[in-house]
Amino acid sequence: MSGGTVTSVVIAGLGGQGIVTASDILAEAAFRAGHEVKKSEIHGMSQRGGSVSSDVRFGGRVHSPMVPLGAADYLIISESTQVAPNRHRLAPHGRLITPAAVPQLFNEEDPRRAAQAAKMVNVALLAVLSAHLELPEGCWLAAIRATLPERLHAMNERVFRQARGLETIFASLTGGGRGGRAQ
Amino acid sequence: MATQLLTGNEAVAQAALDGAVSLGTGYPGTPSTEILERFDALGGRAQWAPNEKVALEVGLGVAFANARALVTMKHVGLNVAADPLFSATHTGVAQGLVIAVADDPGMHSSQNEQDTRHYAEAAGAPLLEPGDAQQAYDYTLQALELSARYQLPVILRMTTRVCHSKSPVRPREARMEAPAPRYERDIPGRVMIPAYARPAHERLRERLEALAGDQAPAALLREEGTSTALGIVASGVAAAHAREAAPEARLLEVGMSYPAPMGPIRAFAEQVERCVVLEEGDPYLYRAVRAAGIEVEGKPEPFRCGELTADRVRRILERDGRPEPAPEAAGEPPRLCADCSHRRVFQVLSRLECIVSGDIGCYTLGVMPPFEAMDTCVCMGASVSVGLGLRHALPAEQARRVVSVIGDSTFVHTGINGLVEMAYNPPNTGHVLLILDNDTTAMTGLQEHPGTGRRLDHRPAERKLRYEALALAMGITNVHTVDPAESAEELERLVRDCLASEELAVIVARHPCSLASRRLAAFQGEGESSGS
Repeated sequence: MSGGTVTSVVIAGLGGQGIVTASDILAEAAFRAGHEVKKSEIHGMSQRGGSVSSDVRFGGRVHSPMVPLGAADYLIISESTQVAPNRHRLAPHGRLITPAAVPQLFNEEDPRRAAQAAKMVNVALLAVLSAHLELPEGCWLAAIRATLPERLHAMNERVFRQARGLETIFASLTGGGRGGRAQ
Repeated sequence: MATQLLTGNEAVAQAALDGAVSLGTGYPGTPSTEILERFDALGGRAQWAPNEKVALEVGLGVAFANARALVTMKHVGLNVAADPLFSATHTGVAQGLVIAVADDPGMHSSQNEQDTRHYAEAAGAPLLEPGDAQQAYDYTLQALELSARYQLPVILRMTTRVCHSKSPVRPREARMEAPAPRYERDIPGRVMIPAYARPAHERLRERLEALAGDQAPAALLREEGTSTALGIVASGVAAAHAREAAPEARLLEVGMSYPAPMGPIRAFAEQVERCVVLEEGDPYLYRAVRAAGIEVEGKPEPFRCGELTADRVRRILERDGRPEPAPEAAGEPPRLCADCSHRRVFQVLSRLECIVSGDIGCYTLGVMPPFEAMDTCVCMGASVSVGLGLRHALPAEQARRVVSVIGDSTFVHTGINGLVEMAYNPPNTGHVLLILDNDTTAMTGLQEHPGTGRRLDHRPAERKLRYEALALAMGITNVHTVDPAESAEELERLVRDCLASEELAVIVARHPCSLASRRLAAFQGEGESSGS
């Protein structure tokens, strides 16, 4: 791989789960932090509930917009059934981030609040990712505001801050954080 | 304007705005659809045409009138628009006419992976191939300029990875000035009777020759590196894969692949021991370069199929002949939404054991289990006419089971012609056409069309095409409307009765797409809150 400092992230899930929006936020955050960024995905048929994955690469000089097989530094999966079909995208040293990393979001007993939380799972997963990347928090929050409609800003910013804070604490205590390792 | 993170499609739209394009038109098709939607959102004048042929003809009229036009479509759309394309290169244009055509190597959402560059050569239309969003922006503007200078329509060949990949785009400082529209009569130039078409063909060849020898498109060539061992001639996104797979190689990025600049390619190839041509799709550029007598290697035949990646480019360069790794897991296939009214229709057709001549749209998913209620799907509009052919040839007991199924947008696109044929040459057993009207072009992301009664920006159109009235106007009297979500029993009874009648029948199964209803409600809510 050329450049050396390129970070490759794959975000995967099912159509309708906001995968493309999540990758837009990540790409925008990296762009606002001054990195060269390329983002690539396939949509179309995905609207009908099919598998969707989006590749985001940023760093010094990014060439191909696609993350080569087995070369993702981070694999973010929004739904547990999609781990198996995408695991091969992850590099041996790579980090897998699934909803298991944000259990606090799923402890809501009130069904209405639980449904709201489910919609914010992607932002929470990005927050977990953010604790492992060198992108300033301000860039993340600006990217969330630039990508999501205004009525969702406050809620998502709160979830982002909370999940990022918790992951940072876990990472410092365990040296790893709750995002699992590839192997 | 500041640098922005844009998809290739968004970059084309931005360039159309900065290039003072006076009209954008096209037909939705993944991965091209967002170009016109973005152009509209930026304040450009954009509209959906019933099909690509109409769109290109409208665009050609605009360009005859000394104004700039952008016409968009997916690769298979150019098959529909091929007729005007082959004449447009002979008539030429007064102002910039750019046809953005999105190829889909790997068939992420298409029925084939045809390579648009063959059309460029066959019709004599110059073709530019951007490889990322910045080039999509730059090449759109250059295409507008070249089109005006050489008075030829110019094709912008996009591919899925360019359309849907985001990267930073720095727009030009100053927008192009809009030309003043005017009509200049030029009968021998614009009326293609044989006497005028013969000199027009010679004029076309002269223009292409001048373009091939022009120094101006030098901006469309980029050379990097100093290696004398390995040289790579690449077009489109293949250049990015080459940079990643072989950073040590000398690279010549060819932005205009028809007519390809053979002088610079020859000079480049002579400087390296080994020269490889890398391109998405068919070995088009490779063959053109070889035909010019330049010694280069192409990609082995298996790499014609599917998309290139940095991994695949590495294999090509290493002459790795081992079988490629199979995809690890298929993932989840698309399927009809849980509350989709098409489900009811396919349950009925499955139960009645119909032979279903299908078409292109969400409802093509009726072929998937548990329905498996589709027997053919060929191209846009083919359901009606293929169904008629089946009826003409099959033994009567089988012919009586044939039903043509088409969506509303596809019916408007090219199904209407089939209905005319049905009225004109009816099979002995009659025929049943089922129009699944969900009030949107759903599969490509909920676009409007003449039958929704709304324009591209979702605001009301002046008229709404009524399919029942159209069928009646053609002399078909057996015309019915039913809501499949409300009463699947009524639909089943209608289909059974119409099949038994052995007459021509049109059944409109009308129920709005639930995705579209939600989006429309959101859009109308926004319109109200912004006071418009």
